[in-house]
Amino acid sequence: MNELLQSLIRGLGTGSVYALLAVGFVIIYKSMRVISFAQPAFMLTGAVLVSYLAVEVNFYLAVLLGAGLVALLALVVERLALRPMVGKPVFVVAIITLGVDIVIRVVVNSFIGREVRQIGDPWGLDTFRLGSIPVEKRYVAMMVTTAVLVTALFVFFRYSRIGLAMRATAFDQEVALAQGISVGTVFALSWAIAGALAAVAGVFVGTGAGVDQQTWIVALIALPAIILGGLDSVPGAVLGGLAIGVVQSLVGTYQGSYAPWLGQNFAVVAPYVVMLVVLLIRPYGLFGTREVERV
Amino acid sequence: MRGRPELYTSYEQEMGLLNTPAKRAAVAGLIAVALTLPFLLQDDLLQLLAVGFVAAIGAIGLNLVTGYAGQVSLGHAFFIAIGAYTAAAISGDPDKRVIGYGITFLPLWLLAAGLVASLAGLIVAPLATRLRGLYLAIVTLGLVFLGEHIFKEWSELTGGPGVGREAAVPEMFGYRFDVDGAFFTREQKLYLLMFVLLVIFALLARNIARSAVGRAFAAVRDRDIAAAVIGVGLTRHKLLAFALSSFYAGCAGALLYTVTGFFDPGSFNLLLSVQFIAMVLIGGVSTISGSIMGALFITLLPRLTRELPALIPAVSAQSTGAVNVFQIEAILYGLLIIGFLIVEPRGLFGIWIRVRNYWKAWPFSY
Repeated sequence: MNELLQSLIRGLGTGSVYALLAVGFVIIYKSMRVISFAQPAFMLTGAVLVSYLAVEVNFYLAVLLGAGLVALLALVVERLALRPMVGKPVFVVAIITLGVDIVIRVVVNSFIGREVRQIGDPWGLDTFRLGSIPVEKRYVAMMVTTAVLVTALFVFFRYSRIGLAMRATAFDQEVALAQGISVGTVFALSWAIAGALAAVAGVFVGTGAGVDQQTWIVALIALPAIILGGLDSVPGAVLGGLAIGVVQSLVGTYQGSYAPWLGQNFAVVAPYVVMLVVLLIRPYGLFGTREVERV
Repeated sequence: MRGRPELYTSYEQEMGLLNTPAKRAAVAGLIAVALTLPFLLQDDLLQLLAVGFVAAIGAIGLNLVTGYAGQVSLGHAFFIAIGAYTAAAISGDPDKRVIGYGITFLPLWLLAAGLVASLAGLIVAPLATRLRGLYLAIVTLGLVFLGEHIFKEWSELTGGPGVGREAAVPEMFGYRFDVDGAFFTREQKLYLLMFVLLVIFALLARNIARSAVGRAFAAVRDRDIAAAVIGVGLTRHKLLAFALSSFYAGCAGALLYTVTGFFDPGSFNLLLSVQFIAMVLIGGVSTISGSIMGALFITLLPRLTRELPALIPAVSAQSTGAVNVFQIEAILYGLLIIGFLIVEPRGLFGIWIRVRNYWKAWPFSY
């Protein structure tokens, strides 16, 4: 029982990191109808920036600064590489983000070097006891941060003018333009938000273990999460992220003893198996909008 | 008709493979140059070109599914891996620690590799027929990760990560292509073998592209609903596109590692898929000659960047330097993809078309 609860908490913790990443993917998808393959690079950049900044200033300030800087980077990328491609086929734009990802990651990798960089977070692998089970503090920090950020985003989309503009653009770009909404600003803002979310997620991915040159692959696990939740649903992304985190953690705990024939580290690819199954049963995810074709 | 070579009197003539005298001359010239190269170039460059030719076969395969049929696939590395392992298992030494059946006859393992890969393609394709666009891209990306996991775990077949196994043995009627012979060196033989195979595969693909199947692919790509309305079977053609593309990928995978002789399950990762995407995009989407140009360009790129330290002293040739050739190479992939997509979406083939049109009308501007 203890093992199960611990595994669940670990799953919810990492799942909330996936949720942050997934929300970033969904926000970009809603505004531009493109999946941005540059998210792993933003995540890595955030983690590495914080690992350098945390030495100089307070950790929490470093996270804020890091998220801000990555948001700026995302703005620059959007302006230079994405804006010229507005109106081109989505596949082409997606491949451009793939190119952006490669370029940024190479630059960031040279700042990581060969060894593992520590983030400098205050949690490390410390635990406290909740009843009879030991809980790692970093998982609680992940869950709380995600809850706060997602609530803030919800309030932003629901009550602010620019949030309303973003929802309108997601609904119909041309009509939004006709109402006087600057769609360009919406694109830029969605990239900035996604970049900042990815940076925060990167910090949490790096807590405990630190960041190295392979860390970026974690960001791709958000893809099964958004498929599970539906590409264009923010609540779906959050739930999908949590679900994928829990599945991964449970598989990691029990697969070794119940299904050893699946091989070591099967937990790493379990999200992709979930994704394939979901696509076979519900191609548009749990909360996604079904595409309607007019002929 | 004499003296008016570009006057077509029938549809067949216009749709011909080499429908102008200039094309006929250019192709004959290129083949002649390619056949004399092994006697002029150094062995290491020949080896690189041989790899480039095999990569071109793979790129043509990806272009069939992504360029002609419009189905985005990031899973090319997976099918290449299947081909590579099928061929290596069939031709491998039965007495070694990894699976091997000892049948080294080249056409047999090449065909088997292609067929097994295209079977895998057919298994994946039902997902593809239900999904469109970026959903498909994500699924095929997941495929690469699953494949990597399977190949790393199945060490009886693959030798396990970091160890790897020997590649397929290229042999035909007792003639080995991968050892130095009396007349040719190993590299010269492999170069010529790969060149002949590339010509065969390219010709096949070109013929597919200009036949009814190719036109159906283009219809599915441009507007699938309209294609369905005029009677193009969507499911059938998507399945066919995936099967064909995986067949090419399987053959390319089988051949790719015979040149280097050894391969490791870690090499079939997302980067390999991205390299093939880059070949197709930089070469030219939905052109066969473009795929070949792109594949040669991407394969020769590392060779070019390796010359950089001699020119710019700040660039280091070691992987430990602050700015080294490996980083520049990776950045160039990214920048070239972005640059070509923004500035010249038709790729190298498009540049060639521009040059050709300029000289066609010269000295007038149009």
